[in-house]
Amino acid sequence: MSDAAFATLMHAQPMVPQVAHVRGRRKDTPDAWTLDLELANGARLIYAPGQFNMLTAFGVGEAAISVSGDPAGGPLIHTIRAVGPVSRALTALEPGDPIGVRGPFGVGWPMAQAEGKDVLLVAGGLGLAPLRPALYRLLGERARFGRVTLLFGARTPEDIVFRHEVESWRARFDIDVDVTVDHAASEWHGHVGVVTTLISRATFDPCNALAMICGPEVMMRFVAMALVEKGFGEDAIYLSMERNMKCAIGHCGHCQLGPTFICRDGPVFTYAQLKRFLAIKEL
Amino acid sequence: MSERSIFREEGLQALIEALSRRGFRVIGPTIGDGAIIYDDVEALGDLPRGYTDEQEAGRYRLARRDDAALFGYAVGPQSWKRFLHQPLLRLWRAERKGQDVIVEAEPPATEKLAFLGVRACELHAIEIQDRVLIGGDYVDPHYESKREGAFIVAVNCGTAGGTCFCVSMNTGPRATRGFDLALTELTLEGGNGFLVEVGSPAGAELLAELPSRPASREEMDDGDAVVARTAASMGRAMPAEDIHALLMRNLDHERWDEVAQRCLSCANCTMVCPTCFCTSVEDHNDLSGAESSRTRRWDSCFTMDYSYIHGGSVRPGVASRYRQWMTHKLSTWFDQFGTSGCVGCGRCITWCPVGIDITEETRAISDSEKLLGAADGKS
Ligand SMILES: Cc1cc2nc3c(=O)[nH]c(=O)nc-3n(C[C@H](O)[C@H](O)[C@H](O)COP(=O)(O)OP(=O)(O)OC[C@H]3O[C@@H](n4cnc5c(N)ncnc54)[C@H](O)[C@@H]3O)c2cc1C
Ligand code: SF4
Ligand code: SF4
Ligand code: FES
Repeated sequence: MSDAAFATLMHAQPMVPQVAHVRGRRKDTPDAWTLDLELANGARLIYAPGQFNMLTAFGVGEAAISVSGDPAGGPLIHTIRAVGPVSRALTALEPGDPIGVRGPFGVGWPMAQAEGKDVLLVAGGLGLAPLRPALYRLLGERARFGRVTLLFGARTPEDIVFRHEVESWRARFDIDVDVTVDHAASEWHGHVGVVTTLISRATFDPCNALAMICGPEVMMRFVAMALVEKGFGEDAIYLSMERNMKCAIGHCGHCQLGPTFICRDGPVFTYAQLKRFLAIKEL
Repeated sequence: MSERSIFREEGLQALIEALSRRGFRVIGPTIGDGAIIYDDVEALGDLPRGYTDEQEAGRYRLARRDDAALFGYAVGPQSWKRFLHQPLLRLWRAERKGQDVIVEAEPPATEKLAFLGVRACELHAIEIQDRVLIGGDYVDPHYESKREGAFIVAVNCGTAGGTCFCVSMNTGPRATRGFDLALTELTLEGGNGFLVEVGSPAGAELLAELPSRPASREEMDDGDAVVARTAASMGRAMPAEDIHALLMRNLDHERWDEVAQRCLSCANCTMVCPTCFCTSVEDHNDLSGAESSRTRRWDSCFTMDYSYIHGGSVRPGVASRYRQWMTHKLSTWFDQFGTSGCVGCGRCITWCPVGIDITEETRAISDSEKLLGAADGKS
């Protein structure tokens, strides 16, 4: 099957998963695993950083999972935290097992708008997974962007996803990486505290910068508010939202937040678009 | 369409037969479970002759009319969405063969549907669901196949239901578009008859086969008078202002907590609403684990599961769930689909067990702003 044929099938039957196979499985944290997938007949999923797929564990159910791999090539990669029946079944899949894939869906990170600007990535926990494709793109086309900074917060040192990769990024000269944890035992020599405390240690030109934030909703709100205080424009701050999703194509209604369908209009939005709705309780 | 025709009841019977001959499953109003529901009709005898529906907030009752009208009621608890956007549908089946899975998509139904007795508000509701399910980037193939083949016979309303407010929503009581044929029930000399308007080539082609004659000027005026009377007798209205903006300004209004004291969160309003489209999916497994399937069923924003994400529901409070429903219908629907999500059919008012009235809730918020405005004006 060609790449285009996959996209055509997806459009004709948007609610029907295509069968892929797990080719690799790695444990990232105590409760998160990364899966490498191969679509039927070697087709490749063409996606933009920040887009997501609906993954089916056959007989169990479906979940929205962001692509965490490199948009420039390689296998289709997803990183999944086991929190309930579907995500547990997905993370239990072994190499060779079949898995259902629908996608890619949604609007991703503003890679074109980021050109020529300082780019600040702020990730909380598994929020680094949806940001990783953006980071690959930034590093892959490094000359197109200004200063690139990754601020990353995890609960404990064990919860740092892609640990070796984060360390290798930290060793590079063309990206600033700062990591913090909420709680740590004594062998942790890094920063302790919430991710917002890293913002004042980072270097960027707020008048010509763009931020991409992904993590728990409260964390994203606090980071956005802190960045506004640092001089960021509300429309230069992007967040990736999560809501219950049953279709990913704007038909099931579940993912609504105010006037938006997170699956169709997002998951990535500017803070300017959402600020008002995020401030209203239980919207 | 100034040319209109007249046929008598035999013409209507001939219409049902002609549709059946063409392979349509004809669905129309009939009496069932103490209400007027939509089901298969084969003959005039299946229609609710001489019945009407008395409706008030939280109340519905069938009653006898003092004439033999076939369409002398407003709308019942069901809407055509149950045929176009099925309450329960299997989406696909999968069979596991070793390390492989064969997924078989459920083929779209090939059945051709003909709807008899579609009200003006319902035509608008169908148009609204079209925008949601086949008007965007992704098309629901099941809805599309049923919708594309459907033949629609509209009936202009001769009686306003007790909870209707279509006039204020600009959706009735006259059918203006979206039908193949539109009928207005008239009392003619020697029995009931229908003024017939053609809305499509398929409608014209069918009408040509029926025993009809051109309508006189007087008969056309009579038909217009029926609709005008219905419009004039409508008991409810949505406040005449920009509701889209009104509700967006008032997401924090205390009325949401007040209505939450009454709302049971039973989801009736969403089930009876002809535009509500939300669904959920569920996976099934046979015992061996070799076969699985996914079904889709109607869902409601009034359930806790609807907005569940890891850690809890986004809208645990009834106030926030009622607000989600009402602001979606009347406000954010405009942002999403360029139209209101409410057509003023009144079903949610009638079938709410505690009689919550969407027009009254809107008016309460609107009035509170006016009061505030007046107070500001004085100070
Ligand atoms: C756009 C998007 C991207 C996502 N990307 C990732 C990712 O890269 N990695 C990852 O581990 N998780 C991701 N999630 C969250 C993931 O979809 C949920 O953790 C998953 O659906 C939980 O399902 P469950 O059956 O395992 O758990 P349960 O908690 O038992 O979920 C029950 C049902 O609730 C809904 N649900 C629960 N939690 C969430 C949630 N957080 N978001 C949306 N729906 C939820 C689902 O419909 C699920 O079927 C993403 C969610 C969204 C919306
Ligand atoms: S919201 Fe109520 S009145 Fe409006 S279309 Fe739905 S059921 Fe009818
Ligand atoms: S408004 Fe009425 S019908 Fe709707 S959920 Fe509340 S109690 Fe049920
Ligand atoms: S997930 Fe179904 S509408 Fe967005």
